[in-house]
Amino acid sequence: MDLKLDHHTRDGIEVVDVEGEIDVYTAPRLRELLIELVNNGHYQLVVNMEKVEFLDSTGLGVLVGGLKRVRAHDGSLDLVCTQERILKIFRITGLTKVFGIHDTVDEAIMARKSEK
Amino acid sequence: MATVEMSFTPLPVHVRTARLVATAVARRSGVEEALLDEVRLAVGEACSRAVEAHQAQCPDEPVRVELTGANGRFEVVVTDAAASGQEDEDGASPSAQPGGWPAPASVVPNGTSALDHSVPPQGLGLAVIAGLADDVQFARTPAGLSITMSWPSRGTG
Repeated sequence: MDLKLDHHTRDGIEVVDVEGEIDVYTAPRLRELLIELVNNGHYQLVVNMEKVEFLDSTGLGVLVGGLKRVRAHDGSLDLVCTQERILKIFRITGLTKVFGIHDTVDEAIMARKSEK
Repeated sequence: MATVEMSFTPLPVHVRTARLVATAVARRSGVEEALLDEVRLAVGEACSRAVEAHQAQCPDEPVRVELTGANGRFEVVVTDAAASGQEDEDGASPSAQPGGWPAPASVVPNGTSALDHSVPPQGLGLAVIAGLADDVQFARTPAGLSITMSWPSRGTG
């Protein structure tokens, strides 16, 4: 499978559901979506990666870029991921220190709401 | 096991094919199931890096991948033909030098500084490779860069 993207709003937070493989070929589509959401005024994002089957450094770069964009508007970008195969690349690169990573979308939304 | 060789047009769409082939050959070579994800990711990173280098410098040249399972090791060599890369000229392995290839632990020194300094895609990819491969060697030649990655195997292939 390549990459399937969807998004919806919950409690004022935009949830991006990602399914498939995020690599050098498909990552530009995720990047475009994140840029579009920020341009449309969505600065609180949760990226649900529970159905992501593959993530490489290109994908990491897109997520970091998205985080930088929302933070420029005092926003946030949190991740939902419990898959060890995906979490491994975050650990190797130290990006677990950069992103809030949660077990469920509910948890991510609650964590963000409780900070306000 | 006989070496499997492949070369592909340097387009991002073909990197997935290279990952799939490398994983299949690794499994056949007896690499443990638990390591196959690492093989897939590391080979993908090396091929992605080569594709980007070729697109910038030699888009008509193919990226070459050699896969060998022998003597208890599964080895993958990804070779590009991009003569002037952005890595250190002596092809040194990743280091923590500023502007060089960051070691995995130092790619993101702390939470906020990761966003302040721009980590070049090449640096992040090479750091991932170094963190995943059991052994990795970088060799720069006048023709391009060769990345050799290997993992232990049971040699059943």
